[in-house]
Amino acid sequence: MRSTEDRILGVLRWAVITVAVVVTAGPLLYGFLLSLRPFQSVLTEPLDLLPSPGEITFDAYPTAMAEYGLGGNMWNSLQVALATAALAIVLSVLGAYAAVRLRFFGRDVVNVVFLGVYLLPGIVLAVPLFVLLSRIGLTGSLAGLVFVYVAQTVPVALYMLRTYLVAVPSSVEEAAMIDGCGRLAVIRRVVLPMALPGVAATALYVFMIAWNEYLFALLFLVADRDRWTVSLGIAQLTEFSVPTTVLMAGSIAITVPVVAGFFLAQRLLVTGLTSGAEKG
Amino acid sequence: MAAKPLTMSRREDRDGRLLVAPTMAVVLAFAVLPFLAVVLFAFLDVRLVDIPRLYLDELVFTTDNLATVWGSPRFWSAATTTVTYAAASSAGAILVGLAVALALRHPFPGRGLIRALVLVPYILPVVAATTIWKTLLNPGYGLVNAVGTEWLGWAEPIAFLTTTSRDVGPFEIPVALTTVIAFEVWKTFPLAFLFITARLQVVPGDIEEAAQIDGAGKTRVFWHLLLPQLAGVMALLAVLRFLWSFQNFNDIYLLTGGAGGTEVLAVRVYSELVVRANIGTASATGLIMTGMLLVVVAVYAWMIKREKA
Repeated sequence: MRSTEDRILGVLRWAVITVAVVVTAGPLLYGFLLSLRPFQSVLTEPLDLLPSPGEITFDAYPTAMAEYGLGGNMWNSLQVALATAALAIVLSVLGAYAAVRLRFFGRDVVNVVFLGVYLLPGIVLAVPLFVLLSRIGLTGSLAGLVFVYVAQTVPVALYMLRTYLVAVPSSVEEAAMIDGCGRLAVIRRVVLPMALPGVAATALYVFMIAWNEYLFALLFLVADRDRWTVSLGIAQLTEFSVPTTVLMAGSIAITVPVVAGFFLAQRLLVTGLTSGAEKG
Repeated sequence: MAAKPLTMSRREDRDGRLLVAPTMAVVLAFAVLPFLAVVLFAFLDVRLVDIPRLYLDELVFTTDNLATVWGSPRFWSAATTTVTYAAASSAGAILVGLAVALALRHPFPGRGLIRALVLVPYILPVVAATTIWKTLLNPGYGLVNAVGTEWLGWAEPIAFLTTTSRDVGPFEIPVALTTVIAFEVWKTFPLAFLFITARLQVVPGDIEEAAQIDGAGKTRVFWHLLLPQLAGVMALLAVLRFLWSFQNFNDIYLLTGGAGGTEVLAVRVYSELVVRANIGTASATGLIMTGMLLVVVAVYAWMIKREKA
């Protein structure tokens, strides 16, 4: 027999689950449904969530991409995010390998510096970076942005990769070194392939951070519309009287790569790491 | 003369430093050096227009910036807002994360999908999230106000993001601040949910079973068995969330622009830098802000140390 306590908790449990699902997934669904309706009908009938069959339109998407320039902005974001992920991975694979496998002078100092960078407020670093980049003429350049993003993400990437690299058995590496591999060749031919799922997940994580970033894009690029990233582009559009359906279309468009990447990474993360690499 | 072959440990030392060097270079150039520059700028009288003519040998040091910021009521009001915002949103995120983690603790069909859906706010690009919420809360055509006025009997739509305060019965509610706190809870509780779920998975089941056999109800099991085990991860989350919310710029700037009593320190740094073009006071504000964060980190480190001793 179930006690009163159990029954109340059972009801409460499902209430929490229902509210959680509605509140978390609801807004995204709302944005998507709004992006399919004509702006006029959104204004007059805010409570009609489901678009009536006759009024469904995908016009907001091409309007957002072409007329309001979000397509070009997305291209900029893609370049920045890919470059950031590639650079951050190269740097952090080397760094994480050293941190896991090698004893070297200054290792603890390096760890402290990285932790410090991780905790420093972005807005505080933004002040001198803004000054420095305008002094050397890198404001308005996507390359400057990439370096800032790499510096911001590399400590986290390194930390993530460390846990994956620890799982690579060092005996395999030692065998490769006895066979005449140098340090870099060991990393490239032995460590990297064995830690590949982890490396891919970390790369996706860095990509997502760079793709979502707003503050530095705002500070460095705001004057140069051709170089806006897509986050900046949408945020700037909200300042003008752009139809909300177009803004919703833009928001959904920038969310799709992130959500796709997230589900991809989830599957990658569960793939077995090193099973069977070492003969017993 | 041929170089002496390196010993194993000397080679390890050299390789280690070489491998970390590129990362260190980027971090030094784009994070450590800029931070030192903040300290420098905080003691200089510089504005954005001075930058092209700024040379290291002509610097004049002053404590005026720090004095100006320290004596400004606006700074202290922003500091109070920031502490309120960070404390309320991290406490909220942890409580909501805990509730959802407990509700999803035992398996049922569809749990995997619900777990993934619950993470949506955390992975959503911040600009997409704020744009959607600004639409939801819009006084003209937003869903929240439409539901409120049509079904809940509100006399008029509420401008959630611009109203500084509003009397509800005997209470005065800071509407905009509460709204940005609620948004932050919504956006960050999935992280608390993930941490707490991971910790719940390693809670040994046998003690709980024994307690239940002895007649302890679920509520008592929670207070006396589960909560003590979760306390550590919740304390860590509280510190991390506080540090992050304390420095949050994006969410508040995108939602309210700092209007309606939501001006936090990060927004103040930005407006000193961009609107007033005063690098000196922007840096001084940032420096004091970093000092406050360091106090929090130090207190946490001290607590950890005391617990271990």
